[in-house]
Parts: sequence; structure tokens; C-alpha cells
Amino acid sequence: MQWNSFNDFLAMGGYAFYVWGSIGACVLGMGIEVWMLKLRRRAILARLLRKELTQ
Amino acid sequence: MNGLLYPFQQSVRRDLLLAARHKTEIITALFFFVIVVNLLPLGIGPDPDLLRKIAPGALWIGALLATLLGLQRLFAPDHADGTLEQMALSPQSFTLLVAGKILAHWLVAGLPVVLIAPVLGLQFDLSGRGLLILTVSLLLGTPILSLIGAVGAALTLGVRGSGALLSLLILPLYIPALIFGAGAVEADLAGLGPEGHLSLLAALLVVSTFFAPWVTTVALRVALE
Amino acid sequence: MNHSLVNWFKFASPASFYPLVGRLIPFFATAAAILTIAGLWVGLAVAPTDAQQGEGYRIIFVHVPASWMSMFIYCVMAFWAALGLAFNTRLSGMMASALAPTGALFAFLSLWTGALWGKPMWGAWWVWDARLTSQLILFFLYLGFIALQAAIDDPRRADKAGAILALVGVINVPIIYFSVQWWNTLHQGASVSITKAPSMAHTMLLGMLLMALAFWAYTIAVALMRVRCIILERELTSEWVKKNAME
Repeated sequence: MQWNSFNDFLAMGGYAFYVWGSIGACVLGMGIEVWMLKLRRRAILARLLRKELTQ
Repeated sequence: MNGLLYPFQQSVRRDLLLAARHKTEIITALFFFVIVVNLLPLGIGPDPDLLRKIAPGALWIGALLATLLGLQRLFAPDHADGTLEQMALSPQSFTLLVAGKILAHWLVAGLPVVLIAPVLGLQFDLSGRGLLILTVSLLLGTPILSLIGAVGAALTLGVRGSGALLSLLILPLYIPALIFGAGAVEADLAGLGPEGHLSLLAALLVVSTFFAPWVTTVALRVALE
Repeated sequence: MNHSLVNWFKFASPASFYPLVGRLIPFFATAAAILTIAGLWVGLAVAPTDAQQGEGYRIIFVHVPASWMSMFIYCVMAFWAALGLAFNTRLSGMMASALAPTGALFAFLSLWTGALWGKPMWGAWWVWDARLTSQLILFFLYLGFIALQAAIDDPRRADKAGAILALVGVINVPIIYFSVQWWNTLHQGASVSITKAPSMAHTMLLGMLLMALAFWAYTIAVALMRVRCIILERELTSEWVKKNAME
């Protein structure tokens, strides 16, 4: 374990903005991708259901 | 000899004849090149040292954009009136016919750019040797632009928004030609000699001459299905 | 032998591929989550501080795996594209288009994290380094592929046109990389060197490996999710979709 306290961990030796900015961007990008895929799937299934109901 | 390359010759001649009937298009593309290159000093400033430095890059980027301008019409008119379909179905080699069209495109769009480049180079205060190297690099490089561009034109044939799409597909693939072409003059100024760049450019030309017409044919057949 | 061949081709049809993939997604998603937690733990908490770069180097644990994945995905995409052109299988084209957005995302993340790493280390958000420039061009190649497929309405033509573009791109990537490196040495010499990696502790390597595996599992899970969407969108009218997809 490298850190003495949680605040040390957050500060990243003064590089907090860069390190957390990088990791945050990755988390955000991947999160958005998965979320959009979920929305896309839901839209398709809804379309399928509507078609089923009208038939 | 004559028999084998006959479709190729016919295709070149036909496209040149068609181009001769629409002279304004050729002239427009050429003036586009001249104006783009002339805008750069106006945007950057008239310092001769700076201009000498950016001249190869400016002329090369002008050549890229001027080539793109004509590419959209490489296959589109023939596609619209059904000629392209006839070519694909004809017993003659479709690849040779396509290769002829590409050569005709270069003669119409690339060659005038090469010929006028030394004049524009003078405006950028290039030395005689620099002008010569730049012209040779454009002579070797502009056919590459037509060849790779033909692949993009075939892929985007009849697709919505094909103009902007074509640039997005093709410009990244033009980067090696741009680097070796514009780099030749700078390498010479740096005392390295232009031979390395020019031979790599020639190698690119050979490779794309072999593959591009064939890939273009495959892409055209997909578009015509 | 013959039996296994039949099985293999059975899964090449969307109708049997769809449910199979549905069972695989949770597995890869779980693997991605566990590996990410382990990788971030090793990378952020266990790995020692770098002697030259302090804590700033910890960006490596997302930057390098993202760059690797963006290049690797392009190759896999070209592989599926070639398969689709050679054997005319529908699924190959769908796999290629399912991978492209994830590849583009990783190329973007690699550029983004590269900029955030470059600012404290080199003092600039962007330097025209050979690797950064090549990565940017790779991002453009991804965008071109996605835009071309989006512009073509007929899915079969979109698959084939995309496949040709992906193959042309994959042949060009080494040429582009070589030319950019050539250009780079001519213009600025070795002013910035990221080729010389700092001698890495074992825990650093372990963290990077774990994160690379995590991104790998994530890519598989997301690509499979997307390929399921693509299959459904294209086969909305077929009988098996009505029966199976609603579960």
C-alpha cells in the first residue's frame, strides 16, 4: 500500500487532475457506451413488442 | 500489345473527350488550387523565410484538395447514365477500363497542378533546385492521389453526403504521400538530399498502381450490386 | 471432425449465434468488472511511485491498455472484414461494425489520456510525436469506417464497402506509422522520447497487464452486446426473432 491517508490517495502527489481526469474519462466513456447500448436494445425490443401487439 | 491494352486506351480517350467538353471544370479545379495556395501567405504573412519553409507543404495540401474536388465526379456521371454498369458487364476487363478512367482523372486534375506548381513556387521564393524537387515530387505524388482517391470515390458512389464522406475516408490515407512529397524539399534544404523521400514516393506509386485499380473495381462491383 | 464442422457453421447463422452470445455476455462483463477492480487496485494503490514522474505516471494504467486495444481492435475488425468478403457470411460484417465504435472510443481515450499525461510531463497538451500522430490518424480511420457504414442504407452493401475500407486501412496503418516516424525524425529529432520506458517494477507491469485484460473483456462484452442489437435490427421480421428475442 502506497498511501498514508485517503486524502493522499486523492491528491496523487499533486497530479490529481491528470490522473483522475484520465481515469474519469475512461469510466465516463465506457459508461456512456454501455448505457447507449442498453437504450438501443430497449428501443428495438419496444418496437418488436409494438409489432407483436398490432398483429 | 494493342489488343491487350485496347480497353485501357479507349477508356482514357473517352474520359479525356468528355473532359474536353467540360473545360470549365478543369479550369475551376486548377484555379481552386492557385487560390488556396495564394491564400496562405495572406493568412500567415509575407516573411520570405517563413514562406520558403511552408512552400512544399502549402503546394502539397493545395494539390490534395484540388484532387479531391474532381474525384466526386470520377464515377458518378457514368453511374447515373448506366455507362458504368455496361462497363462492368462488358467482356473487356473492367479493371483496365477503371485504370483508364483513373489515368484520365490524373491527366485532367493532377497534371495541370504539376505544371503550374513551379510558378506558384516562385511566389514562395523557392530556389531553382527546390522548384525542381517540388515538381518531381508532385509528378510522382499526384498519380498516387488519383489512385487512392478512386478507391474512395468507388466506395462512396451513390451514397448520401458522398462529398464530405469522401474527404473523411481519403485524406487520412493521403498522409504518407503528403509526408514524403512535401518532405523531399525540406530534406534537401536540410542537406540530406531528396533521393530517400523521392524513392519512397516512387515505391508508393508502384504499389498503388498495382493495387488501387483492382480494389476500386471490387468496390465498384459492390456499389453496382 | 465432420460433426464439429457442422456445429461451427451452425453458429455462423444469426439465429443460433444470438442466444449463444446472450449467455456469453454476463461472463465477459463480470470478468471485465473484476479485472478492472484488481487492475486499478494494483495500479493505483500497490504499485510504487515512479522515480522520475512521481504519481503522474499512473495514467499509464489506462493509457497504454487503451492504445493497445484501439490498434488490436482495428486488426480484428479487418480480420472479420476479410472473412466476410471471402466467405460471404453475414455475421462477419456485423462483427466488424459492432467492433468499430468501441475501437474508436479506445482511440479517443488513448488520445485524451495521452494529452493529460503530456501536459505535466512535457509541458504541452499535444506534441507532434510519431505515436500520438499515428493514434490520431487511427482515430480518423475509425471515424471514416463508421461514417461510411452509416451513410449506406443497404446493410449488405454497407458491410462490403466497410470491409474493403477496413482492409485498405489495415494495409495503410504500417505505412502511415512508418511515414509519420520518418517525418518526426526529420523535423524534431528525438526531443521527446516516450519510447524509452522507465524501468518498471513488477507490480507496475502486473497492473498494466490486468488493465489490458480488463479492457479486452470489456471490448468482447460490449461488441457482443452491439452485435445482438445489430442482428435484431436486421432480422426484425424473421420468425426466430419473435420467438427468442423477447426473453
